[in-house]
Amino acid sequence: MESAQEISGAPRKRLSANASLVRRLHLDGPLLALLGAVIVFGLFILYSATGENLGQWLSQVARLALAVIAMVGLAQLPPGWLRRASPVIYGIGLVLLVLVAIHGSATNGAQRWLDLKVFRFQPSEIMKLAVPMMCAWYLHNRPLPPSLRDIGAILAIILVPAALIAKQPDLGTALLVGSAGILVLFLAGLSNFIIGLGIAALASIVPVAWHFMHDYQKQRVLMFLDPAQDPLGAGYHSIQSQIAIGSGGLFGKGWMHGSQAQLEFLPERSTDFIFAVIGEEIGLIGQTLLIGLYLGVIARSLFLSGAAQDTYGRLVCGSFALTFFVYAFVNTGMVSGILPVVGVPLPLVSYGGTAMVTLLASFGILMSLNGHRRLVGS
Amino acid sequence: MFGSARIKDHHGEQRLFAGRIVFAGVAAAILLLLVISRLFFLQVIKHSYFADLSQGNRVRLEPLPPDRGLIYDSQGTVIAENTPAYQLELVPEQVPDVVDTLSRLADLHLIDRESVPGLTRLIKTGRRFQAVPLRLSLSENDIAMFSVRQHDFPGVEIRTRLARWYPFGGQGVHALGYVATISEDDLKRIDRDQYSGSALIGKIGLESTYEQELHGLSGYRQVLVNAQGRRVDKLGGTPVHLETRKPTAGNDIFLGIDMRLQHIAEEGLAGKRGAVVAIDPNTGNVLTFASVPTFDPNKFTRGISNADYAALRDDVDRPLFNRALRGTYPPGSTVKPMMALAGLEYGVVDPNAVRNCTGGFTLPGSSHVYHDWKRSGHGPVDMKRAIATSCDIYFYGLAEVLGIDRVHDAMSGLGFGRLSGIDVGGEKPGIMPSTAWKMATYKQQWYPGETVIVGIGQGYLTATPLQLAHAAAILAARGRNWRPRLVTSVRDATTQEIRKLPPIEEPVIQLRDTSLWDTVIEGMEMVARPGGTASSSFAGVPYRVAAKTGTAQVFSLGQNQKYNAASLAERLRDHALFIAFAPADNPKIAIAVLVENGGHGGLAAAPIARRIFDAYLLGKFENAPKPLAPPADAPIEDLDEVH
Repeated sequence: MESAQEISGAPRKRLSANASLVRRLHLDGPLLALLGAVIVFGLFILYSATGENLGQWLSQVARLALAVIAMVGLAQLPPGWLRRASPVIYGIGLVLLVLVAIHGSATNGAQRWLDLKVFRFQPSEIMKLAVPMMCAWYLHNRPLPPSLRDIGAILAIILVPAALIAKQPDLGTALLVGSAGILVLFLAGLSNFIIGLGIAALASIVPVAWHFMHDYQKQRVLMFLDPAQDPLGAGYHSIQSQIAIGSGGLFGKGWMHGSQAQLEFLPERSTDFIFAVIGEEIGLIGQTLLIGLYLGVIARSLFLSGAAQDTYGRLVCGSFALTFFVYAFVNTGMVSGILPVVGVPLPLVSYGGTAMVTLLASFGILMSLNGHRRLVGS
Repeated sequence: MFGSARIKDHHGEQRLFAGRIVFAGVAAAILLLLVISRLFFLQVIKHSYFADLSQGNRVRLEPLPPDRGLIYDSQGTVIAENTPAYQLELVPEQVPDVVDTLSRLADLHLIDRESVPGLTRLIKTGRRFQAVPLRLSLSENDIAMFSVRQHDFPGVEIRTRLARWYPFGGQGVHALGYVATISEDDLKRIDRDQYSGSALIGKIGLESTYEQELHGLSGYRQVLVNAQGRRVDKLGGTPVHLETRKPTAGNDIFLGIDMRLQHIAEEGLAGKRGAVVAIDPNTGNVLTFASVPTFDPNKFTRGISNADYAALRDDVDRPLFNRALRGTYPPGSTVKPMMALAGLEYGVVDPNAVRNCTGGFTLPGSSHVYHDWKRSGHGPVDMKRAIATSCDIYFYGLAEVLGIDRVHDAMSGLGFGRLSGIDVGGEKPGIMPSTAWKMATYKQQWYPGETVIVGIGQGYLTATPLQLAHAAAILAARGRNWRPRLVTSVRDATTQEIRKLPPIEEPVIQLRDTSLWDTVIEGMEMVARPGGTASSSFAGVPYRVAAKTGTAQVFSLGQNQKYNAASLAERLRDHALFIAFAPADNPKIAIAVLVENGGHGGLAAAPIARRIFDAYLLGKFENAPKPLAPPADAPIEDLDEVH
């Protein structure tokens, strides 16, 4: 399908100058446009959600710049290199997680950060990328659908870091890391029978788990089923965000005019609950627009993963695309009250740099795996 | 089907992958459509309902703090209660500029200027919609002054809340502790939801140990507020169901302490520094727990000013220091009965053997002379006489024969060097030295001379007044060991049922012969009789008393120097100590008295014990303490809470 011209990197004549730059940087135009639209939308609403706090807004822009550099940089890496580096990255991530666990037991309380003096970062974030890459690396040369033994190996690759992260304790990230790995298995063609078995096993665990849960954990679950149970605690978030969304109506109260958000009835309005600010200020139209953009990003990413050149590329891209969906669905579901309150940010919109960098890095890898054309065409 | 038998089927894999991708894409689209339909439900179908909730008038949740449990003494007298007080509060979300508001309140002297940085941090870490108490008690002048300026302070208001009141002021404060404003540090360890309406939390003493019992469960009430955050009664036309959940009051606790005994103890120590702990040897119930000087906990519950706090903190007499629980003192001669017991148990001494006390003792191969407190010596003494006259020479020799490690083992059984496990935090274990202890602490071997002075309760050995009282109680109960405790029962706030807490028994001390106890106790009885070191304080006593005096050196004397109380600065004088229990034949109360720099134990400490024994055993209460009336605060009907 590819011409010799592209292999050498020479621009096609019929492409515009911009498109050719995008191509030469191994980026994908439509995906870039969709991500750009989400980000602009996000910055627009963030200004209002931070209460017109220009300082916060600018620091978000700065982090965004960093994230874009990471994305473009990663897109330049050759796919073969990424694949071969996967076990190394995974190994480093694992070592860092263990270091955090040891260091964390020395200080008290939750320890997720590794202080590198210059900057601090969470090794668990690396794992969001490294776990699916490692799973895909493992399956790359093996016949698919995976054999039982391969499934066992993959589960081990997923569970070790997931358990370490859950122990930090950071259940939200552990679930995201776990789901990214499971999604690789799913995409690798795990048989429907085993999927059914897994779901049945999970369902049977629920009553057992309930029995072993602490009272406060049970309380969390009951609270989700009936937010009025705990109106001062986590239920407060749920009640206030539904009031914010519901009162926004079809067109919203107008940018910077959401009383729930601006009078700070809505907690965490600039971070996890920013979707409710969109609902209150720009209404159903704004929220639907954003979800539409998300769907676009997901669709384009899934399309690109289908076009990836090898098993590794397909699996990694597919997992990244679906992880992005998990972010979007869990956050919007939680804010609108159909899912329990868990700490997952609205992708590329919520205030805060960590998730932003990880997400754009995953898109950088996704574009690398597609933007470099293979040497032997089919 | 399995493993190496299979080869990669690239086209098959791609087909499979494409199928999964399509499936996942469709599933993602369906789930996101589900979210959109939920949004449609909220924003279109239920729009008017939510719009009413949010527009103009809103529902705000107001936490309702529970009533804190009361604390009673053993006679049913309330010693910690709740009284209404006018409180200045700030709701962060309604205040345009917190720093400016606080600074202007400080200008009006409504809050302490030095407390502004702390309050600012507290407001920033708390929840935006929850009121933060700025000052816990306002005078009528303050209220008048603030009322006329209220319009300058949006988000700041005066509310009537229940405040803690200790009707006996400083009496028993070192057992009770106090409550005070919830600090930033407290916020990190408590369940914020449960404390959302509470201004106060137990900081120290029982108020802190029993915080869980006393605090209760928060309730809440939904109130309608307008855009300015003011409460309104009606919501434009739409009926709104306003919910209220009443708070559950905290449980009441009952102490073993009798405030009348407590009063006698503190009165006896008035003007001095010291401690008195009395324990029921049959249950471990603490009957008196005094540490003097005391301080007024009511200052803390109503927001102590920085100046007042600094004065307490920097007072040379250290009123904030809990001497009974945390003061470690050389026990002096009060350990002699325990030393005698150790000698008997290990069989190194015959109680009837007479030793001639010449007033001096030297270790073999040493020229250092250990003097008796009585330079001329006591003459021939057997064990009981040695206890009665507090002969040092006898116990120098006994300690030397026993050796420090056997002394350590025996005394540890009586609670020395260990936490008693009393139900109030911060207890100190003191030091019960041994060869291993010295090696671990100083990396040095143990010298025989150090054993000699441990024999009379000096040297490395230290103990708290609580430990001494506990040891006396174990002696009184002839080896039965009840863990000391302040709280004896808890009354459930909802059922009003009184739950008695069973006393906790520690392992019994088994001696090879129970008559060994009797020998030591007979010696202790001789202490209170004519010829004994405490006889002057127990003249004509109608019940049998077993006792031991102690005089502990603070200041070491050189060889051949004589102790002269008059020439020494007051703070270098000896500590006076006294342990006792009564009646000796059927013990009901065991006591330890310490008077810092009080001089002789028989003269300075024993009389306090005598008064407490007379009161407890004979019912002689001459002047019972009177509860103080709470400051003229708000009338109870004004309370801004649901009851």
